[in-house]
Order: sequence, then C-alpha cells, then structure tokens
Amino acid sequence: MASLPPIDVPTGATGKGAFDSSAEEARSVLFETLLRLGDDSLILGQRLGEWCGHAPSVEVDLSLANMGLDLIGQATHFLNAAGAAEGRGRDGDALAFHRDVLDFRNCWLVEQPNGDFAQTMARQLLFSTWQQLLFERLTASTDETIAAVAAKAVKEVTYHAELASEWVIRLGDGTEESRRRMQDGLDWMWRFVPELFEMDAVATEAAARGIGADVVAFRADYDARIAAVLAEATLAAPKDQRPILGGRRGHHGEHLGHLLAVMQFLPRTYPDATW
Amino acid sequence: MSKDWPLWEVFVRAKGGMSHRHVGSVHAPDAEIALRHARDTYTRRMEGVSLWVVPSAQIVASDPADDGPMFEPAEDKIYRHPTFYDIPDDVKHI
Repeated sequence: MASLPPIDVPTGATGKGAFDSSAEEARSVLFETLLRLGDDSLILGQRLGEWCGHAPSVEVDLSLANMGLDLIGQATHFLNAAGAAEGRGRDGDALAFHRDVLDFRNCWLVEQPNGDFAQTMARQLLFSTWQQLLFERLTASTDETIAAVAAKAVKEVTYHAELASEWVIRLGDGTEESRRRMQDGLDWMWRFVPELFEMDAVATEAAARGIGADVVAFRADYDARIAAVLAEATLAAPKDQRPILGGRRGHHGEHLGHLLAVMQFLPRTYPDATW
Repeated sequence: MSKDWPLWEVFVRAKGGMSHRHVGSVHAPDAEIALRHARDTYTRRMEGVSLWVVPSAQIVASDPADDGPMFEPAEDKIYRHPTFYDIPDDVKHI
C-alpha cells in the first residue's frame, strides 16, 4: 500500500508547535526567570526609594535614590521582556502595577523593611554582592535581552556592592551605637541569604538551557566576599538560622503587601494617569 | 548627622584634557566616602570622567577684607589681557 511521503520539518524550524507542551514549558521558564530578575530589582528599587527625603544626609539620600533608580531601570528591561515572553499583551508596567503579592517572584531579602540605615546597608551588601556575581554570569546568557541587561547592569551593581561594603565597614568598626545597629541589621537579614542560592526546578531548567545561571557555583565566592567585609568591619557573622524560602513561588512575608499598596496605588486608582 | 561630618570641596574633570573644576562641596566622614558622595551628587548626569575631593579645611582662602590690595591693582592693567594677539580658530580651551 502506498504511504504518504514523510513531511520534512522546514529548514530553521524547531519541530515544536506553539501548542506543544515543551514549547510552552520553554516559554514559561524564560518568563519565570525574567520575573525573578525583574521583581528582585523592582522591589529593592522601591524600598530604596522609600528613603527619599529621609536619609541621614542629603548626600546619602542621593546615593540611595541613585541605587534605587538603577534597580528600577533594570526592572523595566526585565519585566518588559517578561511580558514579551509571556505573549499575553502585558508590558513591564502591567506586570509591576497590576499583579498581587502571590504573583511576585522576588526573593525575601529585597522585600525586608528598611529599618535604620544600618539595616538597609546590611540588606544592600548581602543582595548586591549576590547580584553582582549573578550578573557577571548572566552576561553569557543565551537569551539576548538577559545578556544585554546584565552587561549594562553589572557595573551598576558592582558600585552598589562597593558602597554597601564601605558603609558596613564604617558602621561596624565605628561607634558603639553604629556597631550595635550594624550587627542588628545583619542579624535581621542573614536568614534570607540561603534563598538566594536555592536551585529549584525553574532555576535548574533555566541554567540547563543557558538562559539562567547556576547560583550554587558562586556560593563559595559569595561567602568569601561577605566574610572579608565582615572581618574588616570587625563584625561577627550571625549564626546560620532556619532558612526562609518560597519567594520564588509567590510565598512572601507580611511586608510585601504594604510595599505594593504604596507602589501600586496611583496606577490602580487612576489607570489613565500619565506624567 | 551631617553636621558631624567634615566638609569636602569637589572638583570634576568634564572630559579628558580639561582641567578639574570646582563644582561644590559634600559632607562625608572620610575621603573614600567623600569620593562616593561626590560621584552620587555631582556626576549622576554624566558630568565628569574624574573626581578630586579636598578637605575644605585645607583650602587657604584670601581675606575679603584684603580685596583692595589683593585685586584692585589689576584693574587698570589691560595690557595683561591676551586680546592683542590673534588666536587661530582651531585652538580650543584658551
């Protein structure tokens, strides 16, 4: 019996249709990866913005606002790309202002409250050092947008990590009060570090596809850098506590909702507002 | 807090080949932080490629009370201005 000729896959085609589960999965891994990157930068940028007008001096006010704006710039690129990867017509603004707590994919560390200046610097040191090591690797991402944003942003976050190190050293090795505040700030933030190095199914898949990075690979480097700063600051590394995980799956603390209420109020109340 | 920090004068080089120019001052606890404050305060709109900070206390200033003897004698010395020379158009930064 004559059979139908085989149907060749056209040159350049992947062989996967848009409705194939693997194509859908690839898209969702990219979408999730971009959301994690974008939400980390967005939420920390918003936190730093809360200092505007309240910092210990006008110079520090500008330092914090500059860092916040760097981060919100990164978030804009990542979230716009996430919206494009999702393919449902949402852009960065829609993702930033029209999602609720459970849909955010940032780590716990960035949503932690500012506390005093020392607590803010503890958070910045622990996060920016990680983000710098991450972005150095993401410059080699197979996703062009991630690679391009990482290449530009790695200089920004290198500066953030340096500035935070300088302050942690000065506050730790400063007066009795600054030292106590610095140690308290570290103690608050320390339990959120293990989450930064969690390789769940999405992160593992993203690393395997070359769009993400294997964060475990730079854990030792990270620990060494933090230890060096703490040693110069004459501070003790806090005891490892029970890690708090889940931000990447939408499990957040009580602080994120309050942050979003402030951040999202205006575009939600006045959807047509422009400025 | 800033009232406890010493003042630093900030100088910015706008681009290679130009001299550093005084742009203002910042408060900071030490030289390293003064440089970072200067960066965050005065070069956030791409104003410069190099920064100097100098403790304001190290600046030696003329006394305003001495304005007369210091500056007035130059007033009628117009021959000191290089206006009697033709400067080629392609010479910059004179």
